[in-house]
Amino acid sequence: MTGTNEITLHGIGAAAGIVIGKIFVYAKHVPHIEEKTITPADVEKEIERLRNAVARSEKELQKILSFAEQKIGNSKAKIFEAQIMILGDAILFDSIYKRIKKELKNAEFIVHGEIAKYQQLMMNSTDEYMRERAHDVEDVKNRIIRNIQEQKLISRFEGGSIVVAQSLTPADTILFSRNEILGYATDMGGVTSHAALLSRSLKIPAVVGLRDVTAHVHTGDMVVLDGYSGVVIVNPTEETMSTYRRRGKEMARFEHRLGELKDLPPQTLDGKLVELSSNIEFSGEIRFAKAQGSHGVGLYRTEGLLIGRDSFPSEEEQYREYKSIAERVFPNRVIMRSFDIGGDKLYAQSYSEENPFLGWRGIRVGLDRPEIFLAQIRAMLRASTKKNLWVMFPMISTLKEVRRAKELVAQAKRELTLGKHPFDEQMKIGVMIEVPSAAVVAGSIAKEVDFLSIGTNDLIQYLLAVDRGNGIVSQLYQEFDPSVIQTIRHVIKEAHKNKIPVSMCGEMAGDPMATLLLLGLGLDEFSVIPYILPEIKKIIRSVTLREAQKIAVKALAFATWEEVKDFLLSHLKRVTPDIPIPSAEAISGVPPQPPPLT
Amino acid sequence: MIEKEIVIRNRAGLHTRPAATLVKLAAKYKSEFTIVKDGLEINAKSIIGVMTLAAEQGAKLLLRFDGEDELAASEAIVGLFERGFDETP
Repeated sequence: MTGTNEITLHGIGAAAGIVIGKIFVYAKHVPHIEEKTITPADVEKEIERLRNAVARSEKELQKILSFAEQKIGNSKAKIFEAQIMILGDAILFDSIYKRIKKELKNAEFIVHGEIAKYQQLMMNSTDEYMRERAHDVEDVKNRIIRNIQEQKLISRFEGGSIVVAQSLTPADTILFSRNEILGYATDMGGVTSHAALLSRSLKIPAVVGLRDVTAHVHTGDMVVLDGYSGVVIVNPTEETMSTYRRRGKEMARFEHRLGELKDLPPQTLDGKLVELSSNIEFSGEIRFAKAQGSHGVGLYRTEGLLIGRDSFPSEEEQYREYKSIAERVFPNRVIMRSFDIGGDKLYAQSYSEENPFLGWRGIRVGLDRPEIFLAQIRAMLRASTKKNLWVMFPMISTLKEVRRAKELVAQAKRELTLGKHPFDEQMKIGVMIEVPSAAVVAGSIAKEVDFLSIGTNDLIQYLLAVDRGNGIVSQLYQEFDPSVIQTIRHVIKEAHKNKIPVSMCGEMAGDPMATLLLLGLGLDEFSVIPYILPEIKKIIRSVTLREAQKIAVKALAFATWEEVKDFLLSHLKRVTPDIPIPSAEAISGVPPQPPPLT
Repeated sequence: MIEKEIVIRNRAGLHTRPAATLVKLAAKYKSEFTIVKDGLEINAKSIIGVMTLAAEQGAKLLLRFDGEDELAASEAIVGLFERGFDETP
């Protein structure tokens, strides 16, 4: 069909499953709070209004709690108990009542002011978990205010909908599930957000972190939601829908069988053991990664620490976070990447440039601002005492940068020795290979570091000069382009010549179609999003290294990415006939037409 | 007045559930109970206050008890911290 207005949006798959249905756009009730002065005679009435509102709020929450207990079990329902406890916090309400009497202001104004103070303190935390709690507190606050204003809550709507919202509170998530909810899609949120955790418990497919899905949809629009790969397709064509229906059935069957693989090693049929680790951004994801059978963390993105802040976290804050992560991953190993800021990733300070992907980002920022870089490296070194923490640098383009970064690591070590802080003297240092120039000179870089990690997302976009965020050219972004796979082969070969391991932490490492090829090229470690991990393990366990090597040699001989892909697909289907593979068109959607040249 | 310095032992820190346990125990005593962390001082009989501390494993806290039953309160509450809030690790 031509003239389709299908839109494909990418987010984070938070709860597995594929659903197709109509959208219900949920616009959260944002309370309107006016500051009003009351007379001393009205104080009692105002306090009475507040007491009634608190009582009603408690009734609502008790209902949600008992509903949550039935649906998701006692221990997970505890978050609502905490909200109920806040409603019963005598210290908090004493000071609210006192302020109403003293300042002679309306109840909602004082409630907002008093609770927002705590909310703000929690928002300032470096801990993702604590920032999520701030949302719980906000939810309680808004609930009280809504009840003071005596407004009703809308939580029932047409069954069989996919709920789209900017964000969802745990209470929303639970309440909505009383209607037959097919799925959830939100602008905000990560894998550890409550809405994500609850939708997993409720077994409702969800995609979070879509940034602006609410801007693209209206209630009643059709949508495909893929909780496996984190894709939402608005106004899907008939063809897209039937592809996803098939994939949904296949995945459900397949997932059932994958559970058995959890405790088995990622080993080929002829006994070659590779590392299969996870990419994470928040410590809360470690538990889920482990549950998926992960053997460690191949990429911890430290940028998660910067979200929602306007300054860099102190060495002390970073140390605590890194230490807790290293301890949770122990006895396995975690590779921490120093701040990769710039490009499309967030800035800690306001600064804009014309061409950010070719600008001040990654290690370039770190080397120009050594005080920030040193604080981070010291924090990582101090967290390395269990000897399971490796560090790597992003966006390395020259050997000179590697040397300078290593000098700074040496300086950090000297400073810690002077301060008598213990650390792992042998902490392994590696670099990301994601800039073509670094790939070309991978051999000389490999002589001076302990490991390499290929970041395919950037490597592919720099090699092919394609901004994958630009819909007009994004079809040129192809991970099986001969230039890409030859570059990967070169990097692995050069590393192995220098007897150091190579991992891959880009999306390609988690693409089932690439697994046989990468295995055959000699990749030592696949670091993937936890969701896909069992699938990749299944493929690794279904082939011999010898066979994978033969496949890789043949794949390298093709001239176009289409040939490479067809070839790899046919082998994947042969090796693991039961693996569900989405069609490329269904994943990438229909590209927009180039604009006319006038 | 009694002051005690303690270090959080349980893995998950003073998150929602331990905070609730702490506040419930503190309510049994008449004494005022304050926690100081990094200069921030909160009334530890208030659940929202304790949640705000964001105290993670390894964090150092100063506990302050003031009132007629301060000795009993400090013993009970310090004990709770030392047992890691009776949470299974």
